[in-house]
Amino acid sequence: MIMLSVILIITGVFFFFTATFGLLRFPDFYSRLQATGKGDTLGSLLVLAGLALYNLSNGISLASVLVSVKLLLIAVFIFIANPTATHALTRAGQDAGVEPWTKEDKTR
Amino acid sequence: MKYIATFLILFVNWLIWSGMFDSFHMSLGVISCAIVTFMSHDLFFASGQFHFRYITEFIRFVLYIPWLLYQIILSNIHVAYLVLHPKMPIEPSIITFKTTLKKDMSLVAFANSITLTPGTITMDIQDGKYFVIHCISRKVADDLLSGEMERKIARIFGEE
Repeated sequence: MIMLSVILIITGVFFFFTATFGLLRFPDFYSRLQATGKGDTLGSLLVLAGLALYNLSNGISLASVLVSVKLLLIAVFIFIANPTATHALTRAGQDAGVEPWTKEDKTR
Repeated sequence: MKYIATFLILFVNWLIWSGMFDSFHMSLGVISCAIVTFMSHDLFFASGQFHFRYITEFIRFVLYIPWLLYQIILSNIHVAYLVLHPKMPIEPSIITFKTTLKKDMSLVAFANSITLTPGTITMDIQDGKYFVIHCISRKVADDLLSGEMERKIARIFGEE
């Protein structure tokens, strides 16, 4: 059980890593949002699932199950809030007239 | 009816978050849920009326989540590949397409599902019909234009 939760957390951290790496590498505002806004959702889901499993490994009782349910509910709220925030940011960028980077202009 | 539904949803949430099942905390929960229900009964159900189809829609939405998670994992791996590839083979593009969905709820669910799957962001919905999507590469755009997600959403909210 602990092994499984460690694997989940490490995979989650890997997705956080790619999200941050993408934020640094990608060329413009929109594609940077692509990397961060999304890598975070799966990353946080995996980390929270790993923590919920780890919490259960000390023995299953009503209290520990409730704590795990709460951890998973955090993931649910992130899944609702994160795309909304990402959408609001892109929309704001669009309204402010930020030009999206395309393959043709290679200048950064 | 909508009072009872709002109250039940709030009270279940109260039980989960408090985790105390003695009579003192339960009665506190009943009182505060009743007050909140009284103040915000018109917020929860936008149409102002509770329909039993909300329950079936909710169950179908829960059944849709595993498929969405699978898609999220697949496209997250794709984006991780794009990020870590030395040449960074991204082709950002903005596509516009017309949707057949009509209800507000299904438009929101569709837009949020699009944004949740990595590689695509809903930038705008024009006139409730045209989705403006920013795609990071050709592959995710093709996945989206195949319309599978849209069909699933339509089935959830009974728009077929």
